[in-house]
Amino acid sequence: MRDVNEAGKSPRPWRVKPELPFVLFLTFVLVAYVGMLLLMVGANVLTVTWVDLGRILKDDDILRSIKLTVVTCTATAILSVLVAVPLAYLLSRYQFRGRAFIDTLLDIPILLPPLIVGLSLLILFNRMSPATCCWMMAGGLLLASLIGFVLRGKGGGRALVPGALIVFAGMFGIGAVMMKGSGSLEEVSSGMGFPMTFHPLGIVLAQFPVAAAFAVRTMRTTFDQISPRYEEVAMTLGCHRGQAFSRVVLPLAGKGMVAAGTMAWARALGEFGPVLIFAGATKGRTEVLATSVFLEINIGNLPGAAAISLLMIVLAVATLLLVRFFVGRGGAI
Amino acid sequence: MMLEIDRLTLKAGEFLLKGFSLSIDEGECVALMGPSGCGKTTVMEAVCGLRAEGVLSGLISLGGEEITHLPPGARRIGLVPQDVALFPTLTVRAQLEFGPKLHCWDRDEMKSRVEGLASDLGLSDLMERLPKGLSGGEARRVALGRALSLRPRLLCLDEALTGLDEARHDEVLQLIREMIEREKVTALHVTHSRKEAEAISDRIVEMS
Repeated sequence: MRDVNEAGKSPRPWRVKPELPFVLFLTFVLVAYVGMLLLMVGANVLTVTWVDLGRILKDDDILRSIKLTVVTCTATAILSVLVAVPLAYLLSRYQFRGRAFIDTLLDIPILLPPLIVGLSLLILFNRMSPATCCWMMAGGLLLASLIGFVLRGKGGGRALVPGALIVFAGMFGIGAVMMKGSGSLEEVSSGMGFPMTFHPLGIVLAQFPVAAAFAVRTMRTTFDQISPRYEEVAMTLGCHRGQAFSRVVLPLAGKGMVAAGTMAWARALGEFGPVLIFAGATKGRTEVLATSVFLEINIGNLPGAAAISLLMIVLAVATLLLVRFFVGRGGAI
Repeated sequence: MMLEIDRLTLKAGEFLLKGFSLSIDEGECVALMGPSGCGKTTVMEAVCGLRAEGVLSGLISLGGEEITHLPPGARRIGLVPQDVALFPTLTVRAQLEFGPKLHCWDRDEMKSRVEGLASDLGLSDLMERLPKGLSGGEARRVALGRALSLRPRLLCLDEALTGLDEARHDEVLQLIREMIEREKVTALHVTHSRKEAEAISDRIVEMS
C-alpha cells in the first residue's frame, strides 16, 4: 500500500538525493578536465616506444640538454627564492601606500605572453646601455618617491620609504653618469665575462621573471600564514625587526621556501618562449629540454619529441608531488 | 610610579582611542577590564611598543623614563600574549634563553636564571620539549617564564588564561600570582573575566 501524505498526494515513486545533480556536475567537470590531461599524457606515451626512449637517453645532445635544464632550473629556483623571500615578507608584513600596485606589478610576468618576456629581455640587453637603464631607474624611483611624499602628506604616513627611494634614485643617477658611453648592457656584461644573449647564462635570466613571480606568490602565502605575534614577542625580548625575521620567521618559513623553490623550478622547466628568443636553441649550447622538444619537432621527429616530453612530464609531476608534500603538510610550519 | 600613561590617543586600523590615562605603582598588579573592542589589548600593545606608529599623542612613561617612541626591545617589558606565541621551532629551554642570549648575558648568569625560572614554573622536566608537545597549561607557564626571563620592569598579560580548562585555569592563575610576588614585578593584566581580575590584581581599571 502506498503512503499518502497530509495533502493527499502520493510520494514520488523514486527519490533523488537533492545534491545528486550538483555532485554529478562536479564529477563531470573533474572527469572532463582530468581526462583531457590524462589523454594528453597517454597520447605521448602511446607515441613513444622503448627504442625511442633508449635513443633519446643515449643521445649526447639530449643528455647535455638534460644536464643544462637541471642546472639552469636549479639556479633559477635558488635565485627566485632569494628574491621572493624579502619581497614576500615586505608585502606580507608592511602596510604602505602603493602596496596593492606593487602586488599587481609582481604578477605581470605571470600574465605576460612568454614571448614578450623574451623579446623585452632581448631589447633590454641589446638596445639599452647601462647608463640608459640607470637613468630610467633613477627617473622611476624619483617619480615613485614624489608620489610617496604627496600621498604621505594626505595620510600622515612615515617618510622612510620615499626617502629610501630618493637615496636609490641618487645612486642610479651617479651610476648613469659613471657608465656614460659604455655600450649596450650585453656588451658590458660580456666584457665582464658574463655574456647573456644566446648564452647559457641567458637561459637563467629568461626563466627567472616568471619563476620568481610564482616563488613570490608562494612565499607570500607562507608569510601570511605565520602569525606576526611571534615577531612581536621576539621584539619585546630585544630583537629588532631583522633579527625577529631571521631568528623566528625564517626557521618557520623553511617548508614554504622549499615549496617556493620547487614551484620556481617547475616553472623554469616549462619555460620555452623567453628561452628561445633570448638564449636561442643552439644544439649542445643553449638547448634545454623545452627547446629540445621544439628542435625535434622541427626535424620531423615526433616520437623523439614525445619521448622528451614524457621525460619533462615525469620531472614536472615529481616536482608537483614534492610541493604537495611540503605545502599540504601545513605549508608555513 | 612605575607605569604612567598620560592622555594617550592611538589609532589601530579604524579603531581610535582618545585620551586614555592610567597609572600603576611599582609592584602593583592592575587588571584592565572592559567589553570586547574597547581597546584593552591595543593599549597594552602600545605600552609594549608594538603600536608605535598608531600613537597619535600622549605619553607613556616607565620607571620615570619616557618610552612612548622607544623600540619594544629597549623597554624591558615582558609580554604573555593571548595566543601564547611560543616559537614553534625552539625547545622550552631555547624559549627561556631567547631573551638572555639576545642581550648577551653571561653564560652562568643565564643558566642560573633559566634553571631558576624552570624550577619555579615546574618546567624542569620539559626543557627539551618543543611547543607542540606541551599542554595548554604548560605552554602558558613557558610563555610566562620567557616573559620574565629578562627581569622586566613591567609584565603584560593579555588574556593569558583564555582557553584553559577550569582546573588548569586556577592552577596557572595561582602560579601567575605567585610569580608576580616572587619576582616583585609590576603587572598589567588585560582580561574580560572579573574572577580572574580579582584573583590576580590589586586594582581593577574598567575601560568603557
